[in-house]
Amino acid sequence: MIDAPWLSILIFLPAAGAALLVASRSGLSGANPGFDRGVKIMSLVVTIATFIISLIVLAGFDPSSAGYQFIERTPWAFGVDYHLGVDGLSLALIVLTTALMPLCILASWTIEKQVASYMTLFLLLETLMIGVFAALDLVVFYIFFEGGLIPMFILIGVWGGARRVYAAFKFFLYTLLGSVLMLVAIVAMILIAGTTSIPDLAAYSFDPAVQLWLWLAFFASFAVKMPMWPVHTWLPDAHVEAPTAASVILAAILLKMGGYGFLRFSLPMFPDASVYFTPLVFALSVVAIVYASLVAFRQTDIKKLIAYSSVAHMGFVTMGIFAGNAQGVQGAIFQMISHGVISAALFLCVGVVYDRMHTREIAFYGGLVNRMPVYAAVFMLFTLGNVGLPGLSGFPGEILTMVGAFSVNAWVAAGACLGMILSAVYGLTLYRKVAFGVIENPKLAAITDLNGREWVIFTPLIIAALVLGLAPGVALDFTRASSDAIVAGYQAVRGAAP
Amino acid sequence: MPYEPIIVLAPLAAAFIAGLFQKQIGDRAAMAITTGSVAIAFMLSLYVFAELTWFGGAPRLIELFPFIDVGGFTSTWSVRIDTLSAVMLVVVTSVSFLVHLYSVGYMAEDPHRARFFAYLSFFTFSMLALVTANDFLQMFFGWEGVGVASYLLIGFWFDKRSANDAAIKAFVTNRVGDFGFALGIMAAFFCYGSIRFDDVFHAAAQSPGMMIGLDGFQVRAVEAISVLLFIGAMGKSAQFFLHVWLPDAMEGPTPVSALIHAATMVTAGVFMVCRCSELFELAPYAAGMVTIIGAVTAFFAATVGMAQNDIKRVVAYSTCSQLGYMFFAAGVGAYGVAMFHLFTHAFFKALLFLGAGSVIHGLHHEQDMRNMGGVRKPMPTTYAMMVIGTLALIGFGVPGVFGFAGFYSKDAAIEAAYAAGEAGRIGGELAFWAGVIAALLTSFYSWRLIFMTFEGEYRGTAHDAHAHDDHAHAAAPAGHHADHHDAEGAAPAHESPWVMLAPLLVLATGAVFAGFAFAPYFIGESADTFWRGALHIAHGEHHHPPAWVVWAPLAVTVLGFVLAVFIYLLNQGLGARIAAATKPLHAFLAHKWYFDELYDAVFVKGARALGDLFWKGGDQRVIDGLGPDGVSAAARFSSRQLRRAQTGYVYHYGFLMLVAAIGFGGYAIWVGMQGGAP
Repeated sequence: MIDAPWLSILIFLPAAGAALLVASRSGLSGANPGFDRGVKIMSLVVTIATFIISLIVLAGFDPSSAGYQFIERTPWAFGVDYHLGVDGLSLALIVLTTALMPLCILASWTIEKQVASYMTLFLLLETLMIGVFAALDLVVFYIFFEGGLIPMFILIGVWGGARRVYAAFKFFLYTLLGSVLMLVAIVAMILIAGTTSIPDLAAYSFDPAVQLWLWLAFFASFAVKMPMWPVHTWLPDAHVEAPTAASVILAAILLKMGGYGFLRFSLPMFPDASVYFTPLVFALSVVAIVYASLVAFRQTDIKKLIAYSSVAHMGFVTMGIFAGNAQGVQGAIFQMISHGVISAALFLCVGVVYDRMHTREIAFYGGLVNRMPVYAAVFMLFTLGNVGLPGLSGFPGEILTMVGAFSVNAWVAAGACLGMILSAVYGLTLYRKVAFGVIENPKLAAITDLNGREWVIFTPLIIAALVLGLAPGVALDFTRASSDAIVAGYQAVRGAAP
Repeated sequence: MPYEPIIVLAPLAAAFIAGLFQKQIGDRAAMAITTGSVAIAFMLSLYVFAELTWFGGAPRLIELFPFIDVGGFTSTWSVRIDTLSAVMLVVVTSVSFLVHLYSVGYMAEDPHRARFFAYLSFFTFSMLALVTANDFLQMFFGWEGVGVASYLLIGFWFDKRSANDAAIKAFVTNRVGDFGFALGIMAAFFCYGSIRFDDVFHAAAQSPGMMIGLDGFQVRAVEAISVLLFIGAMGKSAQFFLHVWLPDAMEGPTPVSALIHAATMVTAGVFMVCRCSELFELAPYAAGMVTIIGAVTAFFAATVGMAQNDIKRVVAYSTCSQLGYMFFAAGVGAYGVAMFHLFTHAFFKALLFLGAGSVIHGLHHEQDMRNMGGVRKPMPTTYAMMVIGTLALIGFGVPGVFGFAGFYSKDAAIEAAYAAGEAGRIGGELAFWAGVIAALLTSFYSWRLIFMTFEGEYRGTAHDAHAHDDHAHAAAPAGHHADHHDAEGAAPAHESPWVMLAPLLVLATGAVFAGFAFAPYFIGESADTFWRGALHIAHGEHHHPPAWVVWAPLAVTVLGFVLAVFIYLLNQGLGARIAAATKPLHAFLAHKWYFDELYDAVFVKGARALGDLFWKGGDQRVIDGLGPDGVSAAARFSSRQLRRAQTGYVYHYGFLMLVAAIGFGGYAIWVGMQGGAP
């Protein structure tokens, strides 16, 4: 394939699109609908182009190798290198990002308020997200990682619902807390190891006592991002207030940065501390699964319910990662990808009815299947995916993480397994309340089924949920080499630990 | 290209087409495609069975493509053909085909017929994937797939709240069982490093003494795995403690009850225990648990069946009870007997359900037996079929001469339990007595059903029957039943169309002859060559049970019949008087031993309370109160001191903080790179 800085192109193409939007806006004064439409189309084109480039990278990627590929490295400033590269884990998450972005733009077609600014922020967000997964330098990573906060923060704060300021504030406060601690740890690591290169840091052996502190600092940041119990309460509020597409990105991609961080930093760089803290993570994971599921069961707002269900599903991810074996880590990666598909689809499902009725109250709905049979079928599919039905993508991740955890601690697996029961309880109850029954609310009498644009949004997600569910190997084979490398490094340390 | 995968995949393809393109192809095509695909699967299944049994075909395995493969946790989409799966293939596809056919008549007026048939075919696919699995994970896939199909079909009439609730209850209760099943799979992988059946059974036999430690307390691995797997079976097969969903599942259309909740899906648990017979044989305590739970279920469900008035619920409890027989047969090591009872039961129970459906259809969706009576004259064929089904269910037959299907399999289960009790197997004696008493009760409630439904005077109010519609869509055309009022005391019913009666005739043939014809293969002299190692067969001296054991089932069956005749045929109204006289007992039975009330109080209300506690107490008060809200309260306080710098936008502050943080970080890095301390 053509030798080009593909990753840089991938990262900065959306930013270039954003710059173009800003430039064209300054040329045109005054809002006009044709301009807004043009902005949307252009954003769509940019995100699709980015997706195509990510597929080019995918085609040139050798999944059998555990090492980083598509490496770019140039000295930058202050001894920091502009250092990029991908392995199976990061490329999988990049492709998930680039694939979801066009769908998000399509889902934002109904936005009318300051469209150009909205799209600019979305494109910037894409740049930052891809940057997080492609960065191989700690400082570059940190800039992208924290930078991603800003567009999301503004998206919620400006285009959000009634309590958007409170939600944005809460979101910011939590993440900032984690970020500051992580920053301190980064400084310390640089002082100790004398390098900012992630591969070099992974090879460096930090003193076990120091690892504990570094681990905790990174944990603070990643745990908030995941989010793990008890630092999860920002997520339901952020989701509730966020516009649909922002919710999709938040759930599908931003949460995965926490899991990615654990896999890229905590396990390889602080293995002793990871072993030491495994009981803590296990406990928090199981609590998250059971607690969040029970809370989800009692929600009256559809988005809040799905947000809590996300917390529960992320519990499987953290549990799998710290199981530290092939099934656990592979399952966690798979669960992240699958959750990216299913939670995105569920938030989009909410968006469909929210666009029509402008409420997310569960009690407002009921009997939608009578007027929206196609929508009901799609919603059912993703509800079942969320419930972890075998054959859909939600299952392999859950069972693999539990299998992984079982060999470390059977009680943890048993606790997580309760999530299987509880997800059925809240998932099917929500579905019954929203879709089944007769239409009692007269406002729903004229609600319309999916339109063409919504079909286009859901079709790829349906295919992804089914393919990943029936032949999860397409993703598992892709991430196997990098997962095995992480596991091998970690188990070498764990095996030596008393 | 092997043909066996077609058996599994044809119904899937049909479900897909009927489900997605129902608008384009129309109802009739959807019904034709689904029914046709299952017919093909049925023919091929018969061929597989015949080939294995009579034409020297070998057990074989067709592997399609990998499902999951991570570090030895390997599952492959497979079609495993051996005697055990072949028996299930025949049972599933035959009943499924007949139920498809029957539904053409039964669902004739339902506007969502295409969706119904798509679900039925999807169910058939899932069930076939379950029985042809070669590893635990594909079995689990089918297991959950049939669970979803059952959920969708119980809640088929989606505008009915009770149906939706029953559907959720079924799925969630099954998930409780699946909790055990999933942990069993994990434990099996942890102990034996594989989830393929043969690998697991082999490894378990190699190291039967392996212990599994659960933090300090150690149990034998094979016992733990077997118990966990059996918990899954308890959920799917509605055994005691996890039985509560099955009676409610009768909210679904009656053909669904026949196919899923009688003949096939609910027997998946029995199939699973038989598939894992090599494990349970190594685990005497787990097998004892199977025996005891089975025995208790057989007895419990029979007692409750006596006090139900909904015709479908009587048959549902009878299913529950018969599943108990299958389990205790498996538990005492008579796996062939368990499979044999599964086989015969599929025919006569599907017959009874479809017969009950015919009655319900004929009476315009009346299900309460108190509003029936006198149905024999207008529905003679249905009556005859129901009597045959009842004779097969109660296991009527004369030892050494001839009996209906249930006679061979049920008596074999009771005798196996007796023998096991003599040999000291856990629960054997209990199972024997539970089996005998349940046989008495079965005979009683089965004849009660026949007499209350078909005999005597019609007790319903003909034209109010529509008020009892079991669904809103299927209102029969008016005038349909106007011409039946000439017969004195007969119900204003009409006999069902031939498309519904023909499946009954086929099933009735099975209910009469399946036991007689197949006993030598399943449990008789040819059993070894028939099963060929597909399940564990006990070898040892074959004790002939004493004569009283052999004759006891017939005696109690006749006694049950006599009691039913006396109470429900000769003395009309005596049943109600007995119920009134034994009010506490009757209420206890009518309320199904108060399981629903108990579970509602503990689990449903408990989950709600905990959810509220965690949400309002945990999240809102403690976490937010101490966290962000507390911080923001503090921030508001300080912001009053810094009012001049306030722009009013939180994110301005946030952005400044971030810039400052990055600036600080950059400085620190720079200093760090210089090699000195700041």
